[in-house]
Amino acid sequence: MIQILVGFGPMMLKALGQTLLLALLGLFFACIIGLIFGLMNVVKNKACNIIATIFVDVIRGVPMIVLAYFIFFGIPYLWNNMLGIGGMTLTALTAGTICLALNCGAYMAEIIRAGIQSVDKGQMEAARSLGLSYGVAMRKVVLPQAIRTMIPSIINQFIITLKDTSILSVIGFPELVNTTKNVVGITFKSFQAWALAGLMYLVVIIALSRLAKMLERRLNRGRE
Amino acid sequence: MSILEINHIEKSFGQAHILRDISFEMEQGQTVAIIGSSGSGKTTLLRCINFLETPDSGTIRVNGDVILDAAVDKNLTDKEKRDRRLHFGMVFQSFNLFPQYTALENVTLARKLMAREREDYKANKKAINQEIDAIGEELLRQIGLYERKDYYPHQLSGGQQQRVAIARALALEPDILCFDEPTSALDPELTGEVLKVIRSLADKNMTMIIVTHEMAFARDVADKVIFMDEGVIVEMGDSNEVINNPKQERTKQFLSRYTNEGM
Ligand SMILES: Nc1ncnc2c1ncn2[C@@H]1O[C@H](COP(=O)(O)OP(=O)(O)OP(=O)(O)O)[C@@H](O)[C@H]1O
Ligand SMILES: [Mg+2]
Repeated sequence: MIQILVGFGPMMLKALGQTLLLALLGLFFACIIGLIFGLMNVVKNKACNIIATIFVDVIRGVPMIVLAYFIFFGIPYLWNNMLGIGGMTLTALTAGTICLALNCGAYMAEIIRAGIQSVDKGQMEAARSLGLSYGVAMRKVVLPQAIRTMIPSIINQFIITLKDTSILSVIGFPELVNTTKNVVGITFKSFQAWALAGLMYLVVIIALSRLAKMLERRLNRGRE
Repeated sequence: MSILEINHIEKSFGQAHILRDISFEMEQGQTVAIIGSSGSGKTTLLRCINFLETPDSGTIRVNGDVILDAAVDKNLTDKEKRDRRLHFGMVFQSFNLFPQYTALENVTLARKLMAREREDYKANKKAINQEIDAIGEELLRQIGLYERKDYYPHQLSGGQQQRVAIARALALEPDILCFDEPTSALDPELTGEVLKVIRSLADKNMTMIIVTHEMAFARDVADKVIFMDEGVIVEMGDSNEVINNPKQERTKQFLSRYTNEGM
């Protein structure tokens, strides 16, 4: 263990950094995608509802590893070879970010939809009866209440997404799993290397959950 | 001239014909009570008046101006609906206070948001918000809850919450204030304080439409009573007349259920 730590620790720490970078980028865009499709699902507009439902169903219905291969290999192939336009290359980071953002975004959209729908309809009506526009009523009255109920699920989703970055080792992104594989390839010390990798995920995720709990308490101040 | 004139309002939900040819008018400062059994369309009528539902046909006039003509206003923009809705205030059966805001914030929220659309808002931001806070505090004082202005809704009793909801509706200075069974969700010992506030508004000549099951209150406070059954106005007139001497058989039947309640 010590040997691994000294010899490959810095390399694996750097890989952990890459994992976190990928997760953060993915989560950032996932929040935007989730908010857009979540809202599209609750507005009174059939076309918006249908588009949002299709998006969520398609993404949820496809394993992330397939999505990763499709984006990293399939899309450039379509662009360069089939359409013959050429010149498209995706880095593993770009493809990985898109993949995570879409995948996590679909789940976030569902969380946001359920959160908004869990708020009593009377809240929107009261806000509307006071002359607030739909958008303002959503922002000032409904969403703040929805977010409280959404927070545990969002944190859960963040943790899942952080772990899902490991799937992106298949497109060669130098995140923690990929790097650990390489370390094992060189040292053959499977037990130590994988234990260390597991430990690294564990520490980050526990820290994240703690932070989330604090945030949740903060947001719930002044309420039952 | 009548402050409110409702003409031939019709409303269906799918196959169900909920409101049939509803017409009535009221004068400035009058209080109208709407009574009727469950499902007779009272809430739906209030919602149509408040632009929370769009009637299938009919017109609504405020101070002589047509603010809704269902025949031509089928597709009002959101902004148009908002402007017209502001003639009316609405107090809901379940209060619907915003839980994340204090009592005072509930009262001032809409006005503060609206003030942002003013051209001079940027320059006088602080003064404008202070002015609105002062209005909100004065309203809370009137309903006897000034000391609770920084309480959140869950820290208030049902009766207090409903009083705050009344102040919230008043903050926008509506021409007509509508109440949908304002005391039905309250424990009997809390209805009194809410009815007292409504009574004081009537004394100040606030124009009000009140859907209620409190017959004694309707008789004593309202100038006019409307009895609805199955989507039609069966009987309408002076509140004492309708409640003490109903002419229609259906009204008599309905009221007979309440005679044992010490009116
Ligand atoms: N959005 C809607 N869609 C379909 N039907 C509705 C809708 N809103 C109301 N209704 C129906 O309209 C009828 C009248 O309802 P409404 O709420 O206006 O009655 P009410 O007189 O207020 O009754 P209550 O005293 O119980 O409040 C009911 O049969 C109800 O089921
Ligand atoms: Mg009702």
